[in-house]
Amino acid sequence: MSDWRYRIGEHKGTLIAIAIFAVMFTIYLVNHPAITSNGFSATAVANVVNTAANKGVLLALVAVAQTLVVITSGIDLSVGMIFVLCNCLASAIVVGSGWQTALGVAGVLATGLLCGAINGLIVIFGRLQPIVTTIATGAIYFGIALALRPNPDVSDKFNGDLGDAMMGRLPGGIPASIVALIVIMLVIWIPFRRSPIGRAAYAVGSSEMAAYMSGVRIGRAKFVAYTLSGLFSGLGGLYLTFTTASGAASLANGSTYTLNSIAAVVLGGVSLFGGSGSAIGAIFGAFAFRAIGDLLFDFDIEPLWQSLFQGIVLLVSVCIGAAQLVRVRNRLDLFG
Amino acid sequence: MSVVGPMFRMEGVSKSYGGVRALEKAGLTVEAGRVHAILGENGAGKSTLIKVIAGVVEPDEGSLILDGREVTFPSPAAANKAGIACIFQELSLIPHLSVADNISISDPPMRFGMIDQKRQRMIAEEALARAGADDVHPLAAVKDLPLSRRQMIEIAKALTRQPRILILDEATSALTAADVTKIFAVLKRLRSEGLALLYISHRMHEIAELADECTVFRNGRNVATYRAGTKTDAEVVEMMIGRGYSHIFPPKPAPVSTDKPPVIEVRSLTWYDRLKNISLAARPGEVVGLGGLDGQGQRELLLAMFGVLKGVSGEVLVDGKPVNISSPRKAKSREIGMALIPEDRKTEGLMLPMSVADNLSYAALDLFSRAGIIDRAAERAAIDAMMQLLSIRAAGTGISVGALSGGNQQKVVIAKWLMVKPRIILLNDPTRGIDVGTKQEMYQLLRRLADSGAAIIFYSTDYDELIGCCDRVVVLYDGAIKRVLEGPEITERALIASALNIATDEAASPAPGANA
Amino acid sequence: MSTGVANWATARLPRLLRRVDPAVVTAYACIVLLLLLGDLYNSSFLSPEYLLQQLKVASFLGVIATGMMIVILLGQIDLSVPWVVAVGGMMSAAATAYGPVGEALAIPFGLLCGIALGFLNGIGVAYLRIPSMIITLAINAVAQGLMVVHTGGFSPQDSASIAMRFIATGDSVLGIPNALIVWALLGAAAIFLFTRTTFGRALYAIGNRERAAYLSGVDTQRVVLFAFAISGGLSAFGGILLAGYASKAAQAMGDAYLLPSIAAVVLGGTSILGGRGSYAGTVAGVILITLLQSILSVMQMPEAGRQIIYGAVIILMMLLYGRGRRVQN
Repeated sequence: MSDWRYRIGEHKGTLIAIAIFAVMFTIYLVNHPAITSNGFSATAVANVVNTAANKGVLLALVAVAQTLVVITSGIDLSVGMIFVLCNCLASAIVVGSGWQTALGVAGVLATGLLCGAINGLIVIFGRLQPIVTTIATGAIYFGIALALRPNPDVSDKFNGDLGDAMMGRLPGGIPASIVALIVIMLVIWIPFRRSPIGRAAYAVGSSEMAAYMSGVRIGRAKFVAYTLSGLFSGLGGLYLTFTTASGAASLANGSTYTLNSIAAVVLGGVSLFGGSGSAIGAIFGAFAFRAIGDLLFDFDIEPLWQSLFQGIVLLVSVCIGAAQLVRVRNRLDLFG
Repeated sequence: MSVVGPMFRMEGVSKSYGGVRALEKAGLTVEAGRVHAILGENGAGKSTLIKVIAGVVEPDEGSLILDGREVTFPSPAAANKAGIACIFQELSLIPHLSVADNISISDPPMRFGMIDQKRQRMIAEEALARAGADDVHPLAAVKDLPLSRRQMIEIAKALTRQPRILILDEATSALTAADVTKIFAVLKRLRSEGLALLYISHRMHEIAELADECTVFRNGRNVATYRAGTKTDAEVVEMMIGRGYSHIFPPKPAPVSTDKPPVIEVRSLTWYDRLKNISLAARPGEVVGLGGLDGQGQRELLLAMFGVLKGVSGEVLVDGKPVNISSPRKAKSREIGMALIPEDRKTEGLMLPMSVADNLSYAALDLFSRAGIIDRAAERAAIDAMMQLLSIRAAGTGISVGALSGGNQQKVVIAKWLMVKPRIILLNDPTRGIDVGTKQEMYQLLRRLADSGAAIIFYSTDYDELIGCCDRVVVLYDGAIKRVLEGPEITERALIASALNIATDEAASPAPGANA
Repeated sequence: MSTGVANWATARLPRLLRRVDPAVVTAYACIVLLLLLGDLYNSSFLSPEYLLQQLKVASFLGVIATGMMIVILLGQIDLSVPWVVAVGGMMSAAATAYGPVGEALAIPFGLLCGIALGFLNGIGVAYLRIPSMIITLAINAVAQGLMVVHTGGFSPQDSASIAMRFIATGDSVLGIPNALIVWALLGAAAIFLFTRTTFGRALYAIGNRERAAYLSGVDTQRVVLFAFAISGGLSAFGGILLAGYASKAAQAMGDAYLLPSIAAVVLGGTSILGGRGSYAGTVAGVILITLLQSILSVMQMPEAGRQIIYGAVIILMMLLYGRGRRVQN
């Protein structure tokens, strides 16, 4: 029995994120006009779920990217820009059919990996702070994106079939995007999390000094974390291309995804100080964040109020996280 | 168990930090299958010795000889490879990971490229059982466990690497008597299997029970090595302290008459389980010392008085009137006039990258400013006066205070506080890591300050200082006052005895299994 | 935190010069370099009119960067700049719609809004101990939400007050742009604050070692609170100037100022970890970035190239003198 107690304790943040999401999404579904007006038919529900899934997966992927860096006690302000860059690249090279498409996808993912790796190398060998590094690299990645797509391009060369497939539904009404997300997490995140390198990343974020004294390979752990982060941002960008069948180098979009990824990570129970939290929590945090925004649609609140609402939700959730202050006995512990 | 030649030897090892000689041509012999205890006062060189053996620091000179061959350990990993495992006081456990993860942190069992959780858990359970810590759940997060459990886990972790030499640097400080019994059983078994154990501890009865050999260090040198049980506690204490010390203390005045009201008084001060019902008072002109082993609540007491701790119950009275000191800012204020020389000058007393001048004037800045604007001329004058008064040696006040020697840095901390002209001066182990010359200057200064009417409360881990400087010494044990020694009662024997919680009357022996 | 290059150079300088921060010197050297490069490209680059124009444009960034520097000195960051700038611009312009009283109070009102938002940031960081990165992000989102509601999603239509337009455009003294004079006055105040006030000392002390500052009897939480409030006020002031310059506010008017303000402060030698930095450096950083952006646009470098060079320059300069230490130390 006590086993469960510890497992729950370990995943507390993730479980809370799941709970928040479940509540939010249920309220959303139950009040959605398309569902209520169709008498809660299965097709109506499936449609709504699919749309929500497609939108949510985008932020979820970028949130996972952010999580990977945050657990090493860093922050990545370039995730949104890698996202945009890979979107633009995908709209140009994921073309044709069969092998061409596959190569295009591989190229996009490799770009994401490379961007992440560059971030990692500068942080590790340059010993620069992640926040300043990623602000600068973000500008570079955005510049490249802009060079690729000076104007938003609705590409008719893009492999639309693949896009439609990724946005559609599998038999049983399960959104393909969710299945893809699950597969990605199973293939990448889970092995990482359970490998010595993944554990080392958590160790580094928890206490770099103790990690050093325990012989943990700090540089390697950070490098892998940053590189995988780039991969996930790339996956997000690829997925955006599926959704929009176009590539746009939009600064606003990039910034929004960066900032929202941080919100999703905080909602998902990942500690910004590093060492704890799970990407799965961040995924639920991302979906919850989206659901809250979408709730306004349900209740016919003007979209005008959406950003204010999301801002307040973020503010409140962040303040709640600070409640642990009450337990401080020695005020010196408040200061680093 | 008899090996041809010792397993490990150190010869002529010296190590200096800045101007301070931590080890002076020290030597040590470690034999397989024997427990070797190392004793000495704080600052005698024990920690440095251990760090050299464990590969954390490299010696300036001397040689390390393992199995008859000379070796060097450029990093902890190298020492580990050679079969040396060390458990330090700063634990190497990663707070957010589980016990099982921590135990197998450097070499986890693998399956299909991922960590084999089941086997890892079994390894942890075995290791914990072997170390006598089977009440620790392998899935618990280390940060949620109390210090005593964490120490057990460190021991368990070290044992999984099957070391040939195991070093314990006061690693049992937080363990209960029951834990200690279990650990000792484990250590004795390992000893019979050929493990060599180096054990630093202040706890005489533990040493009596476990050790085969003892070595006493003093001033960075190996002063004596003897078979355990061949010396009385009193003789050991004398070796630790030594004779012919060059400490010169200013003469103490006559004890302050008890009709003078105390300037600071503490009544029934309690803080969770770390401070228990402490009551003491200091009159103007008195130097009151806090003694006892490290970590018995002395630092917490000073922090509590200075307003840093939350949840403190009891009363604090200044000039007979109850006050509520809720922050250092309040403590520093004119009405109270308290100063605290903190424990760690590098992280609590100084802003290292900032200049000497900026650090000096920092606590007293309000005195030289009106409406927030600093009167630079007044500040400058006060800084110069302080540099003179304390003879702080620095190449100018504009250089960064991090460039000064430890002794001068500590002088800056003290000078900083003297600028606010405090009436109550609290000092948290102020001469730790300071050279002898500066120490003497500080003793003179403290006596002068007391003579001019300040009340001084002074925690020191150096028995000589407590004897030489204090009019009265309050010895703490486990957060409560164990004994109060007045004037001529303050002797090394009495101090160490009450600190170690053994009766001063040598006929009386400690109760078996007494809480260590 | 200077690295090998800086140490090598410092060791060889005469004693007097050694007190000067190598980072600041490097920054000014780069400005000279850029000016020469620009001159090669286009001979009118070094003309007084052009330089004055550059300084005027730099003033807007300079005001915002001053606020950012205060917060970075503490070891924190203020990511709410984009929308607090917008709040400053929009709220001050909105006040002008309320008759002559509104017109007169436009600037103070805009400032007040910025200070209020900064105050909220300060409470989060100082008293709730929320990492500044996240609380300022949240406040940024809230500010955005408020402004979107205020403008109804459209471009703001209110026009700037006469006073706003006066300080932002126009040149009353010897042909020197008013905006530059405003920045100069602000800069002088900032230098005074950093070097001659207890508040300024506290900023450096807290950025260096908050623990030691606290134990020295300083109310560190109050200092942090005010620092963020001031930063909010200065961001809003930047927005007021921008609105004055364009005669009205605009959606997302502050977005382009977040990264440059951080970069300017950091390139000027202020450590991102806090506790170190001089205003002279920030001035250099602001001018450097403004010049860089302007040269790139004169060369008709497309936006893409500009972003890339911009990012690359920041990284290169940080590698020169902004590197951290190894864990083992």
